[in-house]
Amino acid sequence: MSTKHGHYGEYGGQFVPETLMNELTKIETSYQEAKNDPEFQQEVHDLLNNYANRPSLLSYAKRMSDDLGGAQIYFKREDLNHTGAHKINNVIGQALLAKRMGKTRLIAETGAGQHGVATATIAALLGMECEIYMGKEDTERQKLNVYRIELLGAKVHPVTTGSMVLKDAVNAAMQAWTQRVDDTFYVLGSAVGPHPFPEMVHDFQSVISKEAKQQILAETGKLPDAVVACVGGGSNAIGSFAAFIDDSEVALIGCEAAGKGVDTKQTAATIERGSTGIFHGMKSKFMQNEDGQIDEVYSISAGLDYPGVGPEHSALADMHRAQYVGITDDEAVDAFEYIAKTEGIVAAIESSHAIAYVKKLAPTMRKDQVIICTISGRGDKDVASIAKYRGVDVDE
Amino acid sequence: MSRISNAFKKEKAFIGFVVAGDPDLKVTVENVLALEDGGADLVEIGIPFSDPVADGPVIQDADQRALNQNVNTEDVFELVRLIREQSDIPLVFLTYANLVFKSGYETFCKKCVDLEVSGMIIPDLPYEEQDDLLVVMEQNDLDLIQLITPTSKERIPKLAKRARGFIYVVSSMGITGTRNEFKEDISQLTNEIKKYTTVPIAIGFGIHTPIQAVEMSHLADGIIVGSEIVRIAHEDSPQRLMTYIQEMKDAIS
Repeated sequence: MSTKHGHYGEYGGQFVPETLMNELTKIETSYQEAKNDPEFQQEVHDLLNNYANRPSLLSYAKRMSDDLGGAQIYFKREDLNHTGAHKINNVIGQALLAKRMGKTRLIAETGAGQHGVATATIAALLGMECEIYMGKEDTERQKLNVYRIELLGAKVHPVTTGSMVLKDAVNAAMQAWTQRVDDTFYVLGSAVGPHPFPEMVHDFQSVISKEAKQQILAETGKLPDAVVACVGGGSNAIGSFAAFIDDSEVALIGCEAAGKGVDTKQTAATIERGSTGIFHGMKSKFMQNEDGQIDEVYSISAGLDYPGVGPEHSALADMHRAQYVGITDDEAVDAFEYIAKTEGIVAAIESSHAIAYVKKLAPTMRKDQVIICTISGRGDKDVASIAKYRGVDVDE
Repeated sequence: MSRISNAFKKEKAFIGFVVAGDPDLKVTVENVLALEDGGADLVEIGIPFSDPVADGPVIQDADQRALNQNVNTEDVFELVRLIREQSDIPLVFLTYANLVFKSGYETFCKKCVDLEVSGMIIPDLPYEEQDDLLVVMEQNDLDLIQLITPTSKERIPKLAKRARGFIYVVSSMGITGTRNEFKEDISQLTNEIKKYTTVPIAIGFGIHTPIQAVEMSHLADGIIVGSEIVRIAHEDSPQRLMTYIQEMKDAIS
């Protein structure tokens, strides 16, 4: 959707300390210039195609479609990208912008570790310094990714404030940024934060739906009936929706992490359970108490364990252009196992939230209808914790 | 508002900050009175927030301790009411945008008027996002304190022109917390600000020793001390706090 100086309806904005305002303005100006510079766009395109392995496949999930007996299901395979998730799309764009601005150092937050891995990867490729902020709880849930980030030459700061998860990692990265802006670019990984981050993330991730639209038209000759993606902050979802937002006949469905259930306290279903507030640089929907204290949220998925959601998603929900549904841990784990056995794909636990909803949705649709479901990342990182969830002890 | 200008009327102003509810609500009242007795001219009452992104570990931990005792916004209003029974020292609230937004701008401003709180400092509400709140604050004759930082540069004129009450000059990059040295050229910053306004200037972030206080007070109309007061409030007594304020106030007088 179109944005008016970083506002999506009543949401968005730039709610950050004065220390960062000049830097945000610089990023905004540089980004607008870059956006209109064919050379920059070419640079992004080259890295996406020749380094990150784009375009990603749109695979027909025949066995799953047959098994569910309804709509035809196609997977947009972001799990096949270099580094194993959609995160690389955005990082390539932001890192090239950082370089163009003369920055030599990248910092980033990470939840599941995918964004941290992607940022460390591009920092290595472009010869930039890199430091990643990750909640201590997540460094324990995702030990392999911590090692992977370090292997790529970046430093990991375990964050020990608050509940030590993604929200706290964003706090720490923003604080680190206020201490050092001159040579440092904060590569925000999700469609959240102050303007222009939600817009940049939207733009860089929209490659997902631009490709998917062409691919599905080539394959089926028509637009899909529904596009389904998981939503934490909402970067793969906004990327999956972007090119279809103006096609009102395409249903857009975001799957939030309901944790142990949307009616429990252990949930991260922000759009379903949250209310409007101001946090992490933006006005959007947040899980919070009546005073405005931000809640500690919960999900089995470190990548969806976030108390807010991008401002564009809040606006799309208000306009009823997109629908947001909650998927519990149990449903996501079932879907994780189901797609492995049915399609031979080990999908990320985040993406498994979207797959879980497809399992419910497809049987309610006709066989001539089509669902595109984005598999935002691969699930290797989750195998040990899913085994544990099932009571199986595996050595990582 | 006149109460804030009173704070800057005599010599250099000393501005102190407390986190409401740390160590508890009752002692916070005693601490504010101790600040006044020690010579503070204005006190910032911090309403604790779950995620204080502009604050360093000392204030973050204090906010968390207060929240662990379930201190809420209504409790902080009650605390100010108790202070007002015994003191008419100028007060402002320091808190994050979400708490004011969730209260409702009208409700929050009315509360300030009732409690004779003269204004607000909101670190995550920059110039560009102030309009909605400013309208309501101006109707209630409340001052929104503008923060100006070493990175403000060409933003200084518009910030200074909008300033009311006093201007909070942030001495250094980053977050709150005691510092042993100041790298930025603060005199250049304060001189630039003075070109555009006669609103008093107070310098904060990092100041904790009498020597620093003297140095900074030469550049401005007042100094702000936060983390060191919060540390003493946590580790020591209101009496110790009063002695500390006296030392600092003597140094800048």
